[in-house]
Amino acid sequence: MTTAPLARRGRASRHLPLQILLGFLLVYFLIPFWWVIVNSSKDAAGLFGGGSALWFAGEVDYLGNLIDLFSYDGGIYLRWLLNSTLYAVVGGVGATVLAVAAGYGFAKFRFGGRRIGFSVLLGSVMVPTTALVIPTFIMFSELGLTNTIWAVILPTLLNPFGVYLMHIYARDAVPDELLDAARVDGAGELRTFAQVALPMLRPAIVTVLLLSIVSSWNNYFLPLAMLSDNRLYPVTVGIGQWQGIASANNAGGTSLWSIIILGSLVSVIPLVIAFLTLQKYWQGGLAIGSLK
Amino acid sequence: MTVELTAAPTRPPSKTSRRAGTAARQHIMGWAFVGPFAIVFLALLVAPLLYALYLSLFQNQLIGGERFVLFDNYLKAFTDPDFLDGAWFVIRFSVILIPIQMAISLAMALVLDVVTTAFARFSRLMIFLPYAIPAVIGALMWGFLYSKNFGPLAEIFGALGATAPDLLSRELVFFGLLNIVIWQWAGYYMIILFAALQGIDPTLYEAARIDGANQWQITLRIKIPLIMPALVLILVFALIGTLQFFNEPQILRYLAAGAIPSDYTPNMYAYQQAFALANYNYGSAISFALGAVVFVCVYIFLFATRKRGSFLS
Repeated sequence: MTTAPLARRGRASRHLPLQILLGFLLVYFLIPFWWVIVNSSKDAAGLFGGGSALWFAGEVDYLGNLIDLFSYDGGIYLRWLLNSTLYAVVGGVGATVLAVAAGYGFAKFRFGGRRIGFSVLLGSVMVPTTALVIPTFIMFSELGLTNTIWAVILPTLLNPFGVYLMHIYARDAVPDELLDAARVDGAGELRTFAQVALPMLRPAIVTVLLLSIVSSWNNYFLPLAMLSDNRLYPVTVGIGQWQGIASANNAGGTSLWSIIILGSLVSVIPLVIAFLTLQKYWQGGLAIGSLK
Repeated sequence: MTVELTAAPTRPPSKTSRRAGTAARQHIMGWAFVGPFAIVFLALLVAPLLYALYLSLFQNQLIGGERFVLFDNYLKAFTDPDFLDGAWFVIRFSVILIPIQMAISLAMALVLDVVTTAFARFSRLMIFLPYAIPAVIGALMWGFLYSKNFGPLAEIFGALGATAPDLLSRELVFFGLLNIVIWQWAGYYMIILFAALQGIDPTLYEAARIDGANQWQITLRIKIPLIMPALVLILVFALIGTLQFFNEPQILRYLAAGAIPSDYTPNMYAYQQAFALANYNYGSAISFALGAVVFVCVYIFLFATRKRGSFLS
């Protein structure tokens, strides 16, 4: 019986027709990336010149387009990338810290109000975050917080689903006996948490961190509503604005399209790298919410 | 603390609460850990929701300023054709999207659970990749592909001797959006289902095979029932996601000249009311109504499926 997983892996697992099907799916899922990679090598003439949309034009000029992208409008694109990084790192890390502490608290302590608190938390997972954007905006504008970095970072700290994931994981993966043993040995609660529980929670922490960072890097509605100064924009709102400009003046905006396409490509590289390098963590971690 | 003491016997005795004098300490430490999140929760979820509710009960008059109108904004919303059109769009969209989305994700997860070649592992990663792409950028990419100016559709259909569908036109933009959302989220849902499938004890399959079950029977009788909680979870995600549809139509709006009005979805309508027309009271009413409707729908759904799903338990 112990050899069952091995036997399963070794047995007929090639299934050629299914692999061909996967091949077709792969084309579908990758075609937008391919289009963007190919077309960010083109200038306006190559884009609109009637050549193949899925193949390179005569001239491949990534470098020229990169220079255009990073110098356009006083190099604002780099600023947007840095803003996105700041919002994603500060907001994402902050949300994760809060979620880890709260999830552990809910899972490992019996305190008054715990049951009600947890029910409210579960309910809040179902509240669509976009429904919060407009009232949060009005609230922040009365506090003078709109059009500051805090208007984007503070709402990002709220991650009820992260708390839920941490709760399940801490409940199942951190045995009470171990915590008790640490306490008997004279460790305080904070030390027990930091030295015994935290290492065991690592897969869940990486998952929650990654999900928080992705959702804040991908955030659009919130910064769109909160920010009016384009130097504070994250890259999503910035590119959205460029695209609006380029679409509005059909002919005059043609030169903007090539930097929009390259800008889209550059903006997805950091997250793609993060996902590919951390895959062994998140693939297991995503199962947390779906299992008993 | 008294609550804690009276409530304690109803739970199986926990090992952590065995030691004398721990109740008070448990209480304090519990709140110490949960407290910081609770503050954020109150400030950024409870307060805005209550504030939206409060604002939605007023109307801003040109003469006379704010006036308390009770539920007038809600009555207005539910008789406002622009809002109702948006709500109707979102309902139709969910009804078509969610079954397709779930079927594709489930099929891919089942295939990837069976095929274990390096190519399959590579495919799994690539199918997931769109999830890492901001919705805005995903919508942009597909907008380019749909575009008559520089997209490949005309080329591909031309080679087959057909005219390309204009997925940015008023008639077909519905399907254009459908495709974008499927592309963006199917991989994420697939990974959740795949992880759940991997969590099943393989000895169950052995036992079923010995009993004479074939691959189909194993899939239908063992795999799918055992990953029901994960299926419920992705259904909830899909519901919450589509009912608050905003990013994709907002971005595609510029590319699809005239096909997507600024009140295409309830969220876009709320945004338009609040930011273009400075009608915060009405915008808040729509936001709050939207949040409340999503909450109630999802809650009813989870309640109806609570035996299967573990989310509420």
